[in-house]
Amino acid sequence: MKAVFFRTTVIATAAALLSGAALAQTSAKLKVGLMLPYTGTFASLGNAIENGFKLYLTEQGGKLAGREVEFVKVDDESDPSKATDNVNKLVKRDNVDVLVGTVHSGVAMAMAKVAKETGTVLIVPNAGADAVTGAMCAPNIFRSSFSNWQPGYAMGEVMAKKGIKKVATITWKYAAGDETVRGFKEGFEKGGGTVVKDLSLPFPNVEFQALLTDIAATKPDAVFTFFAGGGAVKFVKDYAAAGLKKTIPLYGSGFLTDGTLDAQGSDAEGLFTALHYADSMEIPKDKSFRLAYAKTYKLQPDVYAVQGYDAAQILAIGLKAVGGDLSKKAEFAKAVEATKIDSPRGAFSLSKAHNPVQDIYLRQVVGKENKLMGIASKDLADPARGCKM
Amino acid sequence: MDLSIFFIQCLNALQYGLLLFLVASGLTLIFGIMGVINLAHGSFYMMGAYMAYALAPIVAATFGGGFFATLLVGVGLSVALGYVLEWAFFSFLYEREHLQQVLMTYGLILVFEELRSILVGDDVHGVEVPAFLSGTLPLGEMMTYPVYRLFISGVCLLLALGMYVVFTRTRLGMMIRAGSSNREMVQSLGIDIKFLYRVVFAAGMAIAVFAGMVAAPVSSVYPGMGDTVLIICFVVVVIGGIGSIRGALLAALLIGVVDTFGKVLLPQAAGVLVYVLMALILLWKPDGLFKAG
Repeated sequence: MKAVFFRTTVIATAAALLSGAALAQTSAKLKVGLMLPYTGTFASLGNAIENGFKLYLTEQGGKLAGREVEFVKVDDESDPSKATDNVNKLVKRDNVDVLVGTVHSGVAMAMAKVAKETGTVLIVPNAGADAVTGAMCAPNIFRSSFSNWQPGYAMGEVMAKKGIKKVATITWKYAAGDETVRGFKEGFEKGGGTVVKDLSLPFPNVEFQALLTDIAATKPDAVFTFFAGGGAVKFVKDYAAAGLKKTIPLYGSGFLTDGTLDAQGSDAEGLFTALHYADSMEIPKDKSFRLAYAKTYKLQPDVYAVQGYDAAQILAIGLKAVGGDLSKKAEFAKAVEATKIDSPRGAFSLSKAHNPVQDIYLRQVVGKENKLMGIASKDLADPARGCKM
Repeated sequence: MDLSIFFIQCLNALQYGLLLFLVASGLTLIFGIMGVINLAHGSFYMMGAYMAYALAPIVAATFGGGFFATLLVGVGLSVALGYVLEWAFFSFLYEREHLQQVLMTYGLILVFEELRSILVGDDVHGVEVPAFLSGTLPLGEMMTYPVYRLFISGVCLLLALGMYVVFTRTRLGMMIRAGSSNREMVQSLGIDIKFLYRVVFAAGMAIAVFAGMVAAPVSSVYPGMGDTVLIICFVVVVIGGIGSIRGALLAALLIGVVDTFGKVLLPQAAGVLVYVLMALILLWKPDGLFKAG
């Protein structure tokens, strides 16, 4: 009796151990390192991206290619000086399988550098630095958002088509501002316009009065600008208060009026901006996305939530193609490149350099919405300058 | 640059300079006169801006609203808060080394930012200019100038004058100045220096909060806004000469001119011009323009 009992115990234990081992092999959790700003100026953007990412995951029943997902979160504080340490911690100490991040371009560049060295899959859900899918491009680096060049170039085309001849540009002197304005110049001058004045001020200086006076003295036909967040609010208000809104029309990259309309109030009314998303897309995917997002988070989604959602889609497409095995990097990239991504912004694909090839929309501020007015530039692809892949 | 544009830029410079003085004036008191390196000054300023945004609807509901009522409530709250902060934290700092002051006040920045995030959230907000000041004046053929900016300039001048008179012409001012040069001596003369400093600190904080509230309609309200003013405030106080209100006003105006014309004439160097100015002035006068005492 005793022997029988002993034997059953042994068998049962062995079986349990075996099945445990087998289980571990097929469905080890997928570790996703979320490196996003959870504090500071960009905190709300980081949260929107995470919400979007998790919404897609929930829609897939919490699993990607059969693997459960475990998150390791790091607050990058939008601080480039801490970026390399933070990425290294995620990759080397926490052994994450995938990196997702971030908002700030300087931090994203540090992430791209580590991803390039270690071969970890990186999906950038916002940062627009041209170099991420330009000089830094790699088979394992993807972007679900945009390059700074894209909205600028599209707006340049639109303004040239409107017959505007002389434009002054104004922005912060840092990567995002410089690259957006460079894109604008390219599109605008191709269409026959001239940029008569390039104005800039150090980031994040918000004392615009001197430059506004300079604009009034230059008397251009229109002004193109890149500002975001608090700076965008102040610029739009100062521009209107200086009486320039009535005499010199203001155009901008979409970030000028995204997430800032409540604060800008009536001073933003009527402004035209270009971006890869608008508040009223009128396509079924966007409608269902907005409904699900609002239901889950009791918040209206924004462009950042869409980018987070699409980052999860890119990951899912790649993982599915390789059956959850991330060591097959080439197959992963191939599958992502070949698939149309069904985004709330409208379907898009990724270029060879892994930046979205997407429609850039022309939007106008109507009330508290960035209303879709049409397509500014269809299937616009970033030139991916300096990418050797 | 033709003459009319030149004059408009001069107005811009003057206006920016006065705004800088307004923002830095609380620091003149706490760092300049009391001698505490207060990195949390920017947070006080931010608090003021957020008060202008968050208190307005509450004040409107309880007292019937109004710009000045909100200002009054905000200043009242900040005096109380300043009094408590001095008692709980800053009163331990006067005799300590600068490094410890920096550590403590840096810690306070983190606490205030986090509290702000919890209480009001991380969104950007705008504050409406009060209706009776929302007009604009025509300026040249293209531009208009907001009346509210002129109002701010007026407020700055009044504040500067008020501070100057209190510190140089009144008995209270004399006691405060005496306290900053020799604490023990003042105490032995029978003046309650602890209480006096608590009041001065509360006033310094209230001025910073007041500056934030007045500036909110033109600066808008956003996370991290305190950090952006902190450094320039220290530059103002250091150029002006530590403890000198006259100096701070002059320094603020100088910075206004350099920054405004720098942005237009030397845009590549606009970011460093102010610091070049500071370096030059400190080479010429290592104690700043007017050293007090």
